[in-house]
Amino acid sequence: MTTKTQTQSNGASKQKLHISGAEAVVKCLLEEGADLIYGYPGGAIMPVYDELYKYEDKINHVLTRHEQGATHAAQGFARATGKVGVAIATSGPGATNLITGIADAQIDSTPLVCITGQVASHLLGSDAFQETDIVGISTPVTKWNYQITKASEIPEIFAKAFYIAKSGRPGPVLIDITKDAQFEMFDFEYEKCTSVRSYKAKPDVSLDKVKEAAELINSAKKPMIVFGQGVILGQAEEEFKAFIEKANIPSAWTILGLSALPTAHELNVGMVGMHGNYAPNVLTNQCDLLIAVGMRFDDRVTGDLNRYAKQAKVIHFEIDPAEIDKNVKADVAVLGDVKQTLADILPLINKNSREAWLNEFAELDKIEYEKVQKEDLYPTKDGLTMAEVLKEINIASGGDAIIVSDVGQHQMFACRYAKFNKTKSNITSGGLGTMGFALPASIGAKMGMPDREVVMIAGDGGYQMNIQELGTILQTKAAVKIVVLNNEFLGMVRQWQQLFFDRRYASTEMTNPDFVAIAKGYSIDAKKVTKREDLASSVKEMMDSKDAYFLEVCVEKENNVFPMIPTGASVSDIRLE
Amino acid sequence: MENRQTYTVSIYTENKLGILNRISGIFLRRHINIESMNISKSEIKSVSRFTLLVKVTEEQIKKIIGQIEKQVEVIKAYYHTDEDTIYQESCLFKLSSQSLIANDEIQTIINSSKSRIININKDFFVLEKSGTKEEIEELYHTLDKHGIMQFVRSGRIAITKDEMKISTLLLENN
Ligand SMILES: Cc1ncc(C[n+]2csc(CCOP(=O)(O)OP(=O)(O)O)c2C)c(N)n1
Repeated sequence: MTTKTQTQSNGASKQKLHISGAEAVVKCLLEEGADLIYGYPGGAIMPVYDELYKYEDKINHVLTRHEQGATHAAQGFARATGKVGVAIATSGPGATNLITGIADAQIDSTPLVCITGQVASHLLGSDAFQETDIVGISTPVTKWNYQITKASEIPEIFAKAFYIAKSGRPGPVLIDITKDAQFEMFDFEYEKCTSVRSYKAKPDVSLDKVKEAAELINSAKKPMIVFGQGVILGQAEEEFKAFIEKANIPSAWTILGLSALPTAHELNVGMVGMHGNYAPNVLTNQCDLLIAVGMRFDDRVTGDLNRYAKQAKVIHFEIDPAEIDKNVKADVAVLGDVKQTLADILPLINKNSREAWLNEFAELDKIEYEKVQKEDLYPTKDGLTMAEVLKEINIASGGDAIIVSDVGQHQMFACRYAKFNKTKSNITSGGLGTMGFALPASIGAKMGMPDREVVMIAGDGGYQMNIQELGTILQTKAAVKIVVLNNEFLGMVRQWQQLFFDRRYASTEMTNPDFVAIAKGYSIDAKKVTKREDLASSVKEMMDSKDAYFLEVCVEKENNVFPMIPTGASVSDIRLE
Repeated sequence: MENRQTYTVSIYTENKLGILNRISGIFLRRHINIESMNISKSEIKSVSRFTLLVKVTEEQIKKIIGQIEKQVEVIKAYYHTDEDTIYQESCLFKLSSQSLIANDEIQTIINSSKSRIININKDFFVLEKSGTKEEIEELYHTLDKHGIMQFVRSGRIAITKDEMKISTLLLENN
């Protein structure tokens, strides 16, 4: 069965192929180097799947067990590799199931191209079987979207989609293709997109602003940096390190900035925000200059805006002009890709040692260690803590693993205690806080970076939100290490109920199944740890395994994450207990 | 809320399906009511111009403009106060032809309000008026006692006193 006829285009090396829209979709993916994609078939996308069958040797399509799993897997792939993730679904329910992952990708600036099938164009708007206005539904959560009704639009729209998804501030793009457009034959020719008339990927860099920023930095006595994912997305890890090292500026991270700077770096002063570290939160309200690098002052980071760094001048390095002054007013906004702006500023800043200022961080660190971390990491009580599981994982991985966390208390423990040597190693749902993210995302991360150890950490709640993806592991043999920290509670909500709702534990207690039996049912090696003396050896056994492995650790039921900034409080009012 | 005022927002976009949805969504998310909206072609081929009116604070409008400009198919967005623009609205009244014959008061109103009859038959006639919102409102009240059968008003359209360099922008982006 071949439908290919080749016609020579006027002397050039480019060949025009007379192919179907569906085949064109596959060709476009290959042109963009997307050879590992995730999805779930159905009626309205069947022509594309039929072509994927034909191109099996060139594109690895992974059948997830739910379309939400496909988007999260594509996100995990994108976050671990820095490439564009691709997810495919059919129309109607298939398309709507993608939405949570798309919304998650939008708020965390993850480049995705999502492809959905659609009913035939003559049926559009008629409430046809499995027709949903997915373009309308996805509009608020996509960077761009488009409905294709003619095969001839496919090459241009795909090229544009990949360009928009990955350029500037990355984000998810959705392409909806009617079934008739998939069947339609046309002359295919592909050209990559390098610009879109109405779209400016990167704002122009103003050297004046870079100079102004340098002057502020040079005259600051107590400058502090908060960096976000912009450093990772801009591949500016080296420039960032050179910048902070020259001026010796203490640098704290947001949850998405984590791993851009090695944990062990002496200028790494920890995490800011609701469950961040004591020192950077308290000192945010004491620094004289706050330098935000590729971060967006999320409310989980700032707490009460009226009491956030009011004493400090603010410099904001940012690629997205809409982020400037959105939450925190910047005295100097340095627009542009941080890879460029940080390189530009480097020669303009002075060397400085700032010992006394750095000592202030160290002093507060000691307080946090004594009041919180010591008991977290070396508990004196019988019950296992989440933090000590992280400690064992650090020991076993040497800080080289990719850690994919879900959402809840374990996520905060993972981000607070996991150690990282390499960038793009912390993958978590930051902006949307999507439970169920971790299992599929870890599959995507592992398949994208097969040589790296990928350890997923979830709670008993979130794990069950996409537990069906164990089937994807069974089929792909993705060697993901799955750690479930079981406290038999929706822990994070329970913590809030304890602290702010008088211990009324409304619907947060969980009766759980035999997780080990379930994992084994999917042919995944599994073990359950209930005692401290078994923890280290079990973690090591898991890490030594060449295959996927499931480890359930029964942790204390009512442990809390501290420090904590209660909602509406100031960052410097951070509570240690 | 501090200092809410009427702003005219002008948005130049590619003439593409779905962009209206994206723009209105930006206002919807922030619970801001769009008082009027007009979409037309602009001085540049294949570029549409949205003119819309909102009552917000200056801080709000600045942030909204940032979000609008972020949309891939938006070329540029501006906001202006009434003083910065020359603006008009247009409206149509349908009135009974009887009232025109019965008294000459209507004739006087038509003349003094600088409105004009654009259609007439034995049952009704249609009056057109362009002007500011206030002028149109005034005419409405004067005609009201003569029985308005139908009334419709367009969104505001506005030309800015300052230059908007869309063509140069388009050249630069390419
Ligand atoms: C899809 C989704 N639904 C609900 C929530 C609200 N939520 C945040 S944390 C949490 C509890 C998580 O419990 P679990 O997965 O057991 O992790 P733990 O906090 O116990 O570590 C809930 C319900 C959410 N973030 N995402």
